[in-house]
Amino acid sequence: MSDGSMTIGAAIAPASRATRRTLPAHGSRRAYSAYTLVTPAAALMLIMLLGPLAGVIALSFTDYQLGAPHFSWIGLSNYRDLFADKVFWTALRNTLAYVVIVVPGAVIAGLAIALLIQSGTSLRSLYRTIYFLPVMATLIAMAVVWEFMLHPQFGLVNGMLRSAGLPAFAWLQDRNTALYALCAIGIWQAVGFNMVLFLAGLVSIPKQLYEAAEIDGASSGWARFRLVTWPMLGPVTTFVVVISGIRSFQVFDTVHVLTKGGPSKSTEVLIHTMYTEGFEFFRSGYAAAITVVFLVFVLALTLIKSRLADRGVHYT
Amino acid sequence: MSNAHPIPFRAILRHVLLIAGAALMLAPFIWMISTASKPQTEIFSSELHLIPHQFALAENLREAFAKANLLRFLLNGVIVTVSIFVLQVMVALPAAYALAKLRFLGRETLFALVLFGILIPPQATAIPVFLLLHKAGLLDSYAALVLPFTISVFGIFLMRQFFKTVPDDLVDAARMDGISEFGIVWRVMLPAAIPAVTAFGIFSVVAHWNDYFWPLIVLNSEHLRTPPLAVAHFRNSEAGTSYGPLMAAAMVIIAPLVIAFLFAQRRFIEGITLTGIK
Repeated sequence: MSDGSMTIGAAIAPASRATRRTLPAHGSRRAYSAYTLVTPAAALMLIMLLGPLAGVIALSFTDYQLGAPHFSWIGLSNYRDLFADKVFWTALRNTLAYVVIVVPGAVIAGLAIALLIQSGTSLRSLYRTIYFLPVMATLIAMAVVWEFMLHPQFGLVNGMLRSAGLPAFAWLQDRNTALYALCAIGIWQAVGFNMVLFLAGLVSIPKQLYEAAEIDGASSGWARFRLVTWPMLGPVTTFVVVISGIRSFQVFDTVHVLTKGGPSKSTEVLIHTMYTEGFEFFRSGYAAAITVVFLVFVLALTLIKSRLADRGVHYT
Repeated sequence: MSNAHPIPFRAILRHVLLIAGAALMLAPFIWMISTASKPQTEIFSSELHLIPHQFALAENLREAFAKANLLRFLLNGVIVTVSIFVLQVMVALPAAYALAKLRFLGRETLFALVLFGILIPPQATAIPVFLLLHKAGLLDSYAALVLPFTISVFGIFLMRQFFKTVPDDLVDAARMDGISEFGIVWRVMLPAAIPAVTAFGIFSVVAHWNDYFWPLIVLNSEHLRTPPLAVAHFRNSEAGTSYGPLMAAAMVIIAPLVIAFLFAQRRFIEGITLTGIK
């Protein structure tokens, strides 16, 4: 969470520390207005967030289908069906594979680019802008562009491979390459985001540390990186890894528009299965069970993050 | 020391590597513009060339606008993102002020719930919220696109952290002047919080302009489509035949945010990396 506070810090004016004082009299009238001020937010939070969260868990124990006149409580049946379903395991395996490829790819590339940008002074903001561009651009639109670049016959990628004398692939139509193609798009899109977080981390490393390391004989760039940069970036790195993990777990857009989980389920991922079951077949209860599995993974990642964040920053 | 001489070499290496990477990052954008500028015959040729022999950007754009009501979809994008942001601010600011500056029973609980809410990924609540909108007869409407996002717990958290840094004296002075608590939110706190509100605004607009999952779920009608849905439908209906107009449409859809980004990169990067603390 440390880099979060840094990026926010830029948006927030210098603080004054005049906050600690006892609230004066007529506090009750103020408490009354406090309730009027928080009521809309609290009500909406209940209706749109906390209620639905409880709802999705409850639904996962029912056989509810959208449009069905009634439903009944069926205990763990949905979960039993889910764990017996080959598609679910395929989706889980593909999602994990996607995460395991995209996270290291996007984190290492993000770090490398940040280090390169920071190692000189010229053209810094131009490079930053270019690498950040994919983060900004509507992913669905760019996915369609990628699809054309990966076109087996007329695509840029195969065209370049052919002219280099290498074999071409039917990237998104081939079950052996489709997931990797989606991973490449995922990395391309996430690198700039990670780069910015790493840049913020790099800026906050005190210069004296490098001077001290140099005096101690760490003259090569690699030695400085190993002795100063890498340890000092530790918290940012774990943070970026977890954030990238959570985001990759949610992969859906590229899958839905480019492959629909195919060919032969080779790109089926959790949220896509949830979408198909819940919003195409309207098996709400079953889809809710998938959502709960997804939530368990994401919350586990989030717990790791808040564990690590608690060391750095305090909220109050 | 040793880094006195090799600087030119290292500086050159830095640029070579960064330019190579930049070419990779920009390739889809360049290829998009190039394809959008080519006539059909040049697109479907196995010979690769970046600069079209014959420029057809205007034709492709014209065809894209003729095949899909792109202006309407862009307008939908503006209506939805602006409504979401305005409502988010109207809901979040008063709550954030109360959480930061007022003392009331349940404040700690509410704040704990806000922090908890930040952890919930948007896909997790999709099914119940969808059923709720279905029951309310609101599916397939602007309301379905906007209502679920009117509450931004993240926005509340962000503004509350900001309001904590506003001196109490400012608030007390406003009370002396007889301004109500409600008035303080909008006449004292909001003006003081413009930088934070701007950053949050960019974060919110970019997130919802680019959102595909939710509009896909709740929309049916063509005239309500948001920009990402429009591109996806365009792609499906053309089924790999007219890439020129498709690339032109993609260009049109990403243009508003990309242009805004190029004009105010620093603010955009700040705003979007706010998600980093989510």
